[in-house]
Amino acid sequence: MGERKFISGNDAFAEGIRLAKPNVISAYPITPQTIVVERLSEMVEDRSLKSEFIHVESEHSAMSAAIGAASVGARTFTATSSQGLLYMAECLPYAAGGRFPIVMMNANRSTALPWNIYGDQRDSLSQLDSGWIQMYVEDAQESLDMALMSYYIAEHTDVMVPVMVNLDGFVLTHTYEAVDIPTQSQADEFLPTYVTDNKMDLDNPVNMGFSVGPADNEEFHLLHHKAMLRVKDVVKEADERFKQIFGRSHGTMTQGYRIEDAEYILITLGSITGIAREVVDELRDRGVKVGVLKIRFVRPFPHEEIAALVKGAKAIGTLEKDISFGYEGTVYTNVNSALIRNGVLVPSYNFIGGLGGRDISYEDIKECFGTLIKGNEEKEVWIGLGVVDDVR
Amino acid sequence: MMSDKINARNITDNEFFYGHKACAGCGGSLAVRMALKTLGERTFIALPAGCMSAVGFNFPQLCFANNAIISTFAGTGSILTGMAAGAKALGLKDYHVLGMAGDGGTADIGIQALSGAIDRNDRVIYICYDNEAYMNTGIQKSGLTPFGARTTTTPAGKNEHGNLKNKKNMFEIVAAHDIPYAATASIAYIEDFIAKVKRASEVDGPSYIHVIAPCPTGWGIPVDETINAAKKMVDCGLWYLAEYYAGEFHLNRDPKEFTDVSEYLRCQTRFAHLTDEDIEHIVEGRDAKWAKIRREWI
Repeated sequence: MGERKFISGNDAFAEGIRLAKPNVISAYPITPQTIVVERLSEMVEDRSLKSEFIHVESEHSAMSAAIGAASVGARTFTATSSQGLLYMAECLPYAAGGRFPIVMMNANRSTALPWNIYGDQRDSLSQLDSGWIQMYVEDAQESLDMALMSYYIAEHTDVMVPVMVNLDGFVLTHTYEAVDIPTQSQADEFLPTYVTDNKMDLDNPVNMGFSVGPADNEEFHLLHHKAMLRVKDVVKEADERFKQIFGRSHGTMTQGYRIEDAEYILITLGSITGIAREVVDELRDRGVKVGVLKIRFVRPFPHEEIAALVKGAKAIGTLEKDISFGYEGTVYTNVNSALIRNGVLVPSYNFIGGLGGRDISYEDIKECFGTLIKGNEEKEVWIGLGVVDDVR
Repeated sequence: MMSDKINARNITDNEFFYGHKACAGCGGSLAVRMALKTLGERTFIALPAGCMSAVGFNFPQLCFANNAIISTFAGTGSILTGMAAGAKALGLKDYHVLGMAGDGGTADIGIQALSGAIDRNDRVIYICYDNEAYMNTGIQKSGLTPFGARTTTTPAGKNEHGNLKNKKNMFEIVAAHDIPYAATASIAYIEDFIAKVKRASEVDGPSYIHVIAPCPTGWGIPVDETINAAKKMVDCGLWYLAEYYAGEFHLNRDPKEFTDVSEYLRCQTRFAHLTDEDIEHIVEGRDAKWAKIRREWI
């Protein structure tokens, strides 16, 4: 057995990365990601982690260096947040199109302007089309476990796509929880050594990162897309294997809580799920059939799973820390598309909140369920802001 | 610095860059070809967006016999860092990590990552093949376009005679990092260039070579004048062959007298509009630079 430690989400992620033993770590600091790279640099210094630690001069270079390391066959890690993610944005489809299974932690943080260092999910959701697998975790234990599992998924021969693991800034990255830390031998049993043909090899030289003209270009994207669609099977396989070795399961592409007979379902992403579960318990005690559906992967998007799980509900609401200005929350767009695509017609609401780190309280979530139960003409509700026209 | 001299007689017959779509008379492709012949097959090369990646990596016609990758435009320095770190972590032995970027990829968009790579003391060789403008996109001004040159973004008209700025001094910018080895070169002095690539490969740390590689299309010269134009540039003193190592500059070639600057300029259509006053300004700049070089580097 491993040990149990009282640590933050960032610390937990760093512990998970130590167990995954990346060959190369490239990192540039940005709040609230800094602690994960500080811990990793300490692990490299005390030799408990044998990695090349690269101090890059920007996030663009963090990802560029990660691509370079992956291009010679190295297991690679980086971490960023917010402005940093946007600054490296050019490199994201580059890494994904090159099919380099890099793992990156993103500490979800608001994007400027206005400047704000606190958590919302507009940074990562703006990059949904970059070709990366996007995972959102709820607590410190899931952070550690997904740091490890993300390599299993990314490097799987059916996948070979980079993974971005998202932790809510401060709420998760800086909150301390009791976390089970597995042993190295358990981790080694779970995660095989990374071996790939998708690399520059001195014995078998290749040209990589090339241009492809209109005649052949779509084929490359279709192959990438198909690999993404295989992720849901790989996640299932990974979770079963994880459960066997570590005795814990995190569910599939989604994780439902008391949704089997739920009439009203709140769909969530990340750390807010914990409070939503408590609200569900209280309402269930009072005889109201409610549930929570946590989406763990936004890319690939588990549309069939979501549609099937909410099919019997009277109303659903998507609670997200995002707004695509001029339309609606991006997760909501995806959820509604999943419903239509699978022929499920359920009244669907969008609860937007938590922007720039604004608190979403227990009472706020109760009100979300209240809206689902009562019904509301306006489908878009900004939590805690009342009438939007009052805000100028 | 010790180094077995490579010359026309003993250089390898192996080719590592062929079948590409470079224009006739391309200077950059000659620099890539000779650098790879010097470093050999166990070389990982990264090239950012630019002429050489545009002509060499068109699937399925891939033109490098050694390991090669296109980097992001701004990321040559950092992809090299990653490649070097990955190769070290995986325990690879006996290899070179080489980047070859153009003037815009080096002096403009890539200068931050280059500075970072030098600062990190990575064992990488960075070669800037300088054709003095963004040639791949159609001859736009870069930070290394010289004073007076007409480009498609520095037109020669009544009010402005081409580019109003001087060429950025990349060699000394790189040297200011206290890099273990840096050099200037020209494809007209190919043995000198090859020798510098060889020296760079023997350095335990980062190295930088800035090689002038004319572009007939962008300079407005016949395709068989590439080498002559490069030679005139050195011989008239508008370029110099030098090295920086052990904290000191070293001038490799100190001409007793310079050839005619106007003859160098007049052989290219990009300078065709220059007035005598413009040329006088260029000559004054050259003389001031050489006065400083001779005062401080010899």
